[in-house]
Amino acid sequence: MMQRVYMDANATTPLLPEVMAAMRPWFDDNFGNASSIHFHGQRARAAVDHARETVATLLGCRPAEIVFTSGGTEGDNLALFGILQSGGMLQPGDHLITTAVEHHAVLHAAEHLRDRGILVTFLPVSSAGVIDPEDVRRALRPQTKLISVMMANNETGVLQPVAEIGRIAREADVYYHTDAVQTAGKLPLDVKAIGCDLLTLSGHKMHAPQGTGALYVRRGTPLEPLFFGGLHERHRRAGTENVPGIVGFGKAAEVAMAGLDAGIPSRTAALRDRLEMLILQSVDEAGVNGGEVPRVANTTNLWFDHVEAEALVIALDLKGLAISGGSACQSGATEPSHVLLAMGLSEERARASVRFSLMKTATEEDVDFAVALVPQAVARLRELSPVYAKKTAVTVSGGGLHD
Amino acid sequence: MTDDKVDKPTIAVAMSGGVDSSTVAAMLKAQGYTLIGLTLQLWNQRRLAGKEGMPEQVQGRCCSIDDVYDARHVAEELGIPYYVVNQQDRFERDVVRPFVNEYLAGRTPIPCSLCNNHLKFDQLLLTARQIGADQIATGHYARNEFDRARGRWILKRPADTAKDQTYFLFGLTQEQLSRTLFPLGNFSKPRVREIAHEAGLALASKPDSQEICFVPGGDYKRFIEAYLEEQGEKLPDSAGELVTATGEVLGHHEGIHHFTVGQRKGLGVSSPTPLYVLQIDSASHRVTLGREGDLSTSTLRARQLNWIAIPELLGEMRVQVKIRHRFEPAWATLRRTGADEVTVAFDEPARAVTPGQAVVFYSNDEVVGGGWIV
Repeated sequence: MMQRVYMDANATTPLLPEVMAAMRPWFDDNFGNASSIHFHGQRARAAVDHARETVATLLGCRPAEIVFTSGGTEGDNLALFGILQSGGMLQPGDHLITTAVEHHAVLHAAEHLRDRGILVTFLPVSSAGVIDPEDVRRALRPQTKLISVMMANNETGVLQPVAEIGRIAREADVYYHTDAVQTAGKLPLDVKAIGCDLLTLSGHKMHAPQGTGALYVRRGTPLEPLFFGGLHERHRRAGTENVPGIVGFGKAAEVAMAGLDAGIPSRTAALRDRLEMLILQSVDEAGVNGGEVPRVANTTNLWFDHVEAEALVIALDLKGLAISGGSACQSGATEPSHVLLAMGLSEERARASVRFSLMKTATEEDVDFAVALVPQAVARLRELSPVYAKKTAVTVSGGGLHD
Repeated sequence: MTDDKVDKPTIAVAMSGGVDSSTVAAMLKAQGYTLIGLTLQLWNQRRLAGKEGMPEQVQGRCCSIDDVYDARHVAEELGIPYYVVNQQDRFERDVVRPFVNEYLAGRTPIPCSLCNNHLKFDQLLLTARQIGADQIATGHYARNEFDRARGRWILKRPADTAKDQTYFLFGLTQEQLSRTLFPLGNFSKPRVREIAHEAGLALASKPDSQEICFVPGGDYKRFIEAYLEEQGEKLPDSAGELVTATGEVLGHHEGIHHFTVGQRKGLGVSSPTPLYVLQIDSASHRVTLGREGDLSTSTLRARQLNWIAIPELLGEMRVQVKIRHRFEPAWATLRRTGADEVTVAFDEPARAVTPGQAVVFYSNDEVVGGGWIV
């Protein structure tokens, strides 16, 4: 069997054994509908409440401020539509401020809202991928109803100044949402320190099952639901609770907190830095996208000029290393990343960029495995590239940015 | 699993989601090759959907999500790795845009040849080699082999001449031919379907694709108009006169991209004898009409030549010639008339020689070479 190393944790992560163990009884032995009044229902309700408390502890909020969802996309949509429809319907002319580098769950929701009369400002980012909080302040209008800025970017890991934006939102008395899907378990989260009214989490990015997640909704924040059909989640999300999933999500939150206390992120960052350094030592005309600013511990986005990221991802997959490049469109083909384009990369370099995102269980051997494969694969791609052949025939230029 | 697997090269199969390329994958898998399935994502069928005159819901044959689904499903059935490669920008630049420009210039393009030259046997082969495959295999009906005596790779018509696709493959270089397998070259289409059934492929009865893959419903005029609208470009005004060969004005037309040489329907003039398009003048926008007998010409010139069976044309050569995909090869003499130009002199005048189409030269069942009719 081929050895396989997974470095695509920002796409999804596997269940941890303890999460699986925590969930298992809730599929059969401990079954129940948390809304039922009988023994089985009460048992399920208690499990959901317990998970809610754990997730609230992770975020530093009250349990009642947690709404369980089906994941990051639902959380982001519920935040945006929930606030902008909070009067019962959209008010054309209301204003939303977000950024050009959001995940599609926010970006496409914002575009959809724009098509329905909401004014949307997509803030630009610096070449490192960071927005200027003063741009948020300048974008504010009397009709501004919501600011939505992600915490850590899924493609580069770059962190946004979310706490500063929180202060600006507070001063302006505007609701503030942050997509923290790529942050949970990688950085301590505190909704009060961030100053946000809403915060999105996704279960499967933190070793809970796919199809789970949560939205923090600060007490007193008016929120129109997306779904109707029951009084679940304090009228904010109708539908029978996914009890095993919620239990797993709670357990994953508990494990994430323990990992933060045990210093896992700095360990992951050391591995990530070593991966970056060793690859860039042996490949020229390469560098890090967003490497000069604070990032989450597990992510690095590298560019290799004269290389098609798509071919590199396939070549490495066939050798057993799973990474990603760009964003997948419906067919599974790769599109150049809107995040990298927003950072001002040329389309060519955006197409030459790939993401490595380590799991917190990553090892030195994993890094060695990648370091043994990537320079070799890049060299083969370049060797066969007509563009590179033409270029090297003329001149061999110096090395790239070393982070 | 066979033991000789380690000795066999890794092959990338170009999988379109159709019966032919799926059967190729099944055949090579059964022969013990290590395979990688690749599909080129060439065009987004939804791009022009709903634009002026274009269908709202597109059931495109090629490039569609359904075809990717079918190709992926076959790869799963066969247990081979499978990837979709995005070549939309290149397809638009090298196939769609030239297709539009050719029509606007009064010529009749063949996007399939351009796609073969620029995408399938160029970009796909490059990607295949970059990811570790030595060769590509496609579902084209054609044969290729190395001829030691001549020291050249030869492209030949397939066993099933009714399915012959060599007309679209005249642009292949020696390097491309040396790295390409056409496993269907010795099989008839009915036999290929049988093999697909025997291999248990769920799509064994899927109908063949016919039309140009990115033009839904085959209505290229609407496609051109919708594409230009999307690009924010105006359709150039190429309205003009419909005239006879002697210059008599028979009527007016809306634009030269509505016409192709040999066309009889939709001319917008009535006449006791059927009229055909003889010539399209892109400068004066004049479209010349005439009788069927006037459609035939005894010579044509071709450029952008590619030679396969011979290194270069020296002097004259007797060949059989195809000027369209569906065309009974006609005897002619080839003569070099420029650095990159040959003149084809037909033994019997050929009907509706169409600028923009390919002309392909055959010697028995070998492809000698080909070029583009000017």
